[in-house]
Amino acid sequence: MSRDLHAQTLTQLAAGLERGDFSSVELTEALLGRIKSHNQTLNAFVTVTGEQALAAAKRADEARASGNAGVLNGLPLVHKDIFCTRDVLTTCGSRMLENFVSPYDATVVERFAGAGAVVLGKTNMDEFAMGSSNETSYFGPVKNPWRLECSPGGSSGGSAAAVAARLAPAATGTDTGGSIRQPAALTGTVGLKPTYGRVSRYGMIAFASSLDQAGVITRCAEDAALLLGVMAGFDERDSTCLDHPVPDYAAGLSKSLKGLRVGIVRQHFDAGLDEQTGAAVREALSVLESQGAVLTEVDLPNLDLSVPTYYVVAPAECSSNLSRFDGVRFGRRAEDPEDLYDLYCRSRGEGFGAEVKRRIMTGTYVLSAGYYDAYYLKAQKVRALIADDFRRAFAGVDVIAGPTSPTPAFKLGDKTDDPITMYLNDIYTIGANLAGLPGISTPCGLVEGLPVGLHLVGPHFGEETILRCAHQYEQLSDWHQACPEDFR
Amino acid sequence: MRTTLHKAACIIARALAGRRITHSVKQDFPLSLDKDQVQHIAVLARLKLDDDEFGETVEKLSRIVDFVDQLGQAATGDVVPMAHPLDASQRLRADQVTEVNDRDRVQQNAPSTDNGMYLVPKVIE
Repeated sequence: MSRDLHAQTLTQLAAGLERGDFSSVELTEALLGRIKSHNQTLNAFVTVTGEQALAAAKRADEARASGNAGVLNGLPLVHKDIFCTRDVLTTCGSRMLENFVSPYDATVVERFAGAGAVVLGKTNMDEFAMGSSNETSYFGPVKNPWRLECSPGGSSGGSAAAVAARLAPAATGTDTGGSIRQPAALTGTVGLKPTYGRVSRYGMIAFASSLDQAGVITRCAEDAALLLGVMAGFDERDSTCLDHPVPDYAAGLSKSLKGLRVGIVRQHFDAGLDEQTGAAVREALSVLESQGAVLTEVDLPNLDLSVPTYYVVAPAECSSNLSRFDGVRFGRRAEDPEDLYDLYCRSRGEGFGAEVKRRIMTGTYVLSAGYYDAYYLKAQKVRALIADDFRRAFAGVDVIAGPTSPTPAFKLGDKTDDPITMYLNDIYTIGANLAGLPGISTPCGLVEGLPVGLHLVGPHFGEETILRCAHQYEQLSDWHQACPEDFR
Repeated sequence: MRTTLHKAACIIARALAGRRITHSVKQDFPLSLDKDQVQHIAVLARLKLDDDEFGETVEKLSRIVDFVDQLGQAATGDVVPMAHPLDASQRLRADQVTEVNDRDRVQQNAPSTDNGMYLVPKVIE
């Protein structure tokens, strides 16, 4: 048996399983072994589901033998610990849910299981997905496999680190302001956030319901296309999930970029962008151009307002969503409460970490009497302006390209003192969430040994175009194949 | 009976929302939120903050509020506030029971139950 199963992409593994080069049980054992050797260093997992994984792998091997292999039959992946997983601990990175064992599966979990995937475990994340560095997790920060003193980004930091370190070929993630794309960029992986409503949010613990979207972190766009085809589609259990046909995402990948109109936003290359990161992104853009893509400048005049808009809308929604944690029905409960009020306040005070409390309080403030119009209503209006900017831009281009994150991975602890510095990490990604657009980050270089990402945003339901653009770029570059030295 | 209890709980909770706890915070520079405001927000949000985290919360929340204050400069005139990124409207469904009763399973996560009911501190004497 090949000893480098961990180095293969999902698509390669699928072919190997199909050919019978190895079994799903062998593959699962190999990856569980890697997780065992490396997780202590990386802290990428909250839970490793070894036993269940081996049982699922065995079932997958049997299904294949009897000719009933699903699309992802026997392929291993990991779930961000925000997805409810039946009979498995689902913590959302919080002390509040330290002991929560989900009684049901999220739709995403159900669909992957239905396609025959094998779940190796649940990955660490910023608490309730609120963070850009994975440092708000109750279970401690995840380390970046490229440099252990650095953050892998967040909030899907565990998923990104697991894929980057070759502990799993693919991971699910969620993206409310950049939480899939930014960690993907910072770990040299591919991160796809689909159109709002493309994938069901049922069973995905809610942070900001009008922005949250499930997606994947993989090692190439082709794998992201494969997974999106399984997870996308209508689900009546999520009232905002859209009833829109799911195309064969893999089918269009090979189409050339000739004539593809790529929009470049001038402000994306302003002073806030690290110089070398900018150079790597420009280089990637010239690769697209060399393949026949036509680069044009586009204007997003309200871009600067996207981060402040987000930090009104997202906390407002979080303050409502997280009111469900009352210490009564599930989650942490304070000892010996004096009365119901004391029970609520202490259970929540003890269960939530500092950043989550700050966001709840920001949200409570902007929704409170006397401030609602000035903040929440105003932000929803600015949000409409930002969405309108994108609409106008997409009248003339097929894709908007730029950097995913202003800098490569930063050191753990470097940005924890100032929430605003941390929030500005997501300056290039937040717009897509506010406007409900799909976005992908694919590796486009190394700056002083740390990965940087090329960010591609498409119009609503433009996943095929951004996947194709990323895939075509990957055919001409090998950045997505770069692997951190200690994890080869 | 249960509805009445629920109503009573709500009334009490609302009354409690008004109560204040005093904290001492050392302030070296003017902040956009004062400690009373932050305490009021904490009460509304049902969050107990420890004394040692209170000062930091006042400072950081003030910075966040200052940061989002820049939205005030945006010319939004008669812009219609966004309700859905794809302008979709809320989907409705028939008013039919589709879920099975899964109470025992669901209550395995409850901190305190008795005979299928969630236990809370006494709300009515």
